[in-house]
Amino acid sequence: MKTAIKIAWRFLTHAKGQSILIAIGIAVGVSVQVFIGSLIAGLQAELVDTAIGRNTQITVTAKTRGGVIKGYQALVEQIEQSQPEALHVSPVVDASGFLRGSDGSDFPILLRGFEMERSDGIYRISGALVSGQLPGKGEVLVGKDLALEAGIVDTVTLATPRGSTREAKVSGVFDLGAAALNGRWVISNLELAQSLFSYKDQVSSIEMQVKDPFRADIVAQSLSAHLPEELKAVDWKSQNEQLLSGLNGQSISSLMIQVFVLFSVVLAIASVLAISVLQKSKQLGILKAIGISNRNASLVFLTEGFLLGVAGAVLGVALGLGLAFAFTKFALNPDGTPVIALFIDQGFVVISAAIAVLSATLASLIPARRSARLDPMEVIRNG
Amino acid sequence: MDNIISLRNINKIYGTEVKTQVLFDISLDIAEQSFSSIIGASGSGKSTLLNIISTLDRPTSGSVRIAGVDTTDMSRADLARLRNQSIGFVFQFHYLLPEFTALENVLMPARIRDGRVTRETMDRARELMKLMGIEKVANNNAGRMSGGQQQRTSIARALINSPKLILADEPTGNLDSESTEVVYDILRDINERFRTTFLIITHDRRIAQKADRIIEIKDGRIHLDLANRLSPAMAGQSA
Ligand SMILES: Nc1ncnc2c1ncn2[C@@H]1O[C@H](COP(=O)(O)OP(=O)(O)O)[C@@H](O)[C@H]1O
Ligand SMILES: [Mg+2]
Repeated sequence: MKTAIKIAWRFLTHAKGQSILIAIGIAVGVSVQVFIGSLIAGLQAELVDTAIGRNTQITVTAKTRGGVIKGYQALVEQIEQSQPEALHVSPVVDASGFLRGSDGSDFPILLRGFEMERSDGIYRISGALVSGQLPGKGEVLVGKDLALEAGIVDTVTLATPRGSTREAKVSGVFDLGAAALNGRWVISNLELAQSLFSYKDQVSSIEMQVKDPFRADIVAQSLSAHLPEELKAVDWKSQNEQLLSGLNGQSISSLMIQVFVLFSVVLAIASVLAISVLQKSKQLGILKAIGISNRNASLVFLTEGFLLGVAGAVLGVALGLGLAFAFTKFALNPDGTPVIALFIDQGFVVISAAIAVLSATLASLIPARRSARLDPMEVIRNG
Repeated sequence: MDNIISLRNINKIYGTEVKTQVLFDISLDIAEQSFSSIIGASGSGKSTLLNIISTLDRPTSGSVRIAGVDTTDMSRADLARLRNQSIGFVFQFHYLLPEFTALENVLMPARIRDGRVTRETMDRARELMKLMGIEKVANNNAGRMSGGQQQRTSIARALINSPKLILADEPTGNLDSESTEVVYDILRDINERFRTTFLIITHDRRIAQKADRIIEIKDGRIHLDLANRLSPAMAGQSA
């Protein structure tokens, strides 16, 4: 064993140029894998975050349209206790109404009554304030597009479809990054929405996020089992099949790239090592004549494959991470943020490296078998 | 005295379609601790015979016993161990591993046997290299030595595991006649000191004279088999 390793090491260091070339070949494969993998993971993380990161991921509503949730405080508490994966469980009152502009015209709005601290966790409103602050009692927060269109100053008049109205002080303006929200949402606390739309002690939905958004369907399922008969839990995944299939497609193409890279690495190593057995057949013949076992003769080449794999993996990870780092440094948006924030998953990097080492070792099985079969007599006789 | 080599009815036929028989029904016993030489014209089958004795090659028919053990049915692994521990080789083309230094080449059979190099092995290697007059090139790369130095290195390698039997195929082919004599005197010396059996192919009749026994091969048959009265050992006995 030790002898085989020593011989393998010497064979590799003796043909330095060739060994370095193979290691670089493996390294290029590994670095492409690490870089592409991190890039796609970063892309997906960003995509997922934009789509659902600042949004409700599971929503509990009545099964009937326009139905309400009674006794929501107890329900919120129950969800928090029974679902450890649920985050920011928030009761919400949603109601369509109008906002009277400064020139007297009406703008359609969605009044969202929040339990402010909880919903802030979901929508990160306090981080999206253009001016002012979160609404207090009798106050509302308006989107920046709506504020502009309606010429909103200090106070606004809210109206329900049934005609009741209410004056409210504007506490600030938000920009949630989507025109649909900035032009339509008006945010107040729960109480204001409840009283204006006669919700009494009821809400229209309970929203929440999930620690791992991709488990939202599983959490929603377990949640449904505990809900009262008239309520249901809907998760983002069942509402966003296109996004999901897009993400899936990316994952598959990433996997394909990685499989092909791996395949070419294996082919390259196998062929180079196979040539190296031919080159070393004289040495192998001598070693066998002086008594090296077939097992150890094979081990020489397995060790070579393993060592080349390790060298290539280490070099490749360094190269891949360097590439990724350079990418975030030089591929920038006009505002100086990276085009894509990479997501470097240590587990993924380790697995890529391990796969390279494993495949290099496996690739050397072919030359190893060949070396085991080599007949020393061929070498001794022919000189 | 026991026979370290015992051949019975060895035939060797090369080729499957065009068959050439190289060895014909050879039976031969070599006594332990003897120093014998094989001579014969080029192409007479000397190397073929030695390779069969070394277990590297297999006879078409007949049996090879080494130190009393029949090698016919031995596994490859057992044969490898036998070659490593009981037989030392000096090949006609004195093969060394060019990736290793002279010293490392000498140590290789011991490394294969033990998996490592012990202090004693290292001391023995240095002593053998000194004996062969190559201690100065111990750390030279084997690929960058003269033919004579390579040959001496391969003799030291054959001796490192203190095998009972040394098989050598024209071990002094690359040496001038003066060095050849020196090397033979060393081999004889080892034969006497360590009781190592030597079986040496040579085309040099002058050298053959130094052996206890001279076996001449002609066209694949034993043509002559003489006890050499002029050899140092015999001379010592008669004195
Ligand atoms: N692999 C082989 N196939 C066919 N003929 C061979 C083979 N090896 C050796 N020979 C023949 O066997 C004969 C004996 O060869 P060899 O034992 O090397 O002779 P020597 O060592 O006495 O010069 C030669 O005629 C040679 O051509
Ligand atoms: Mg010959």
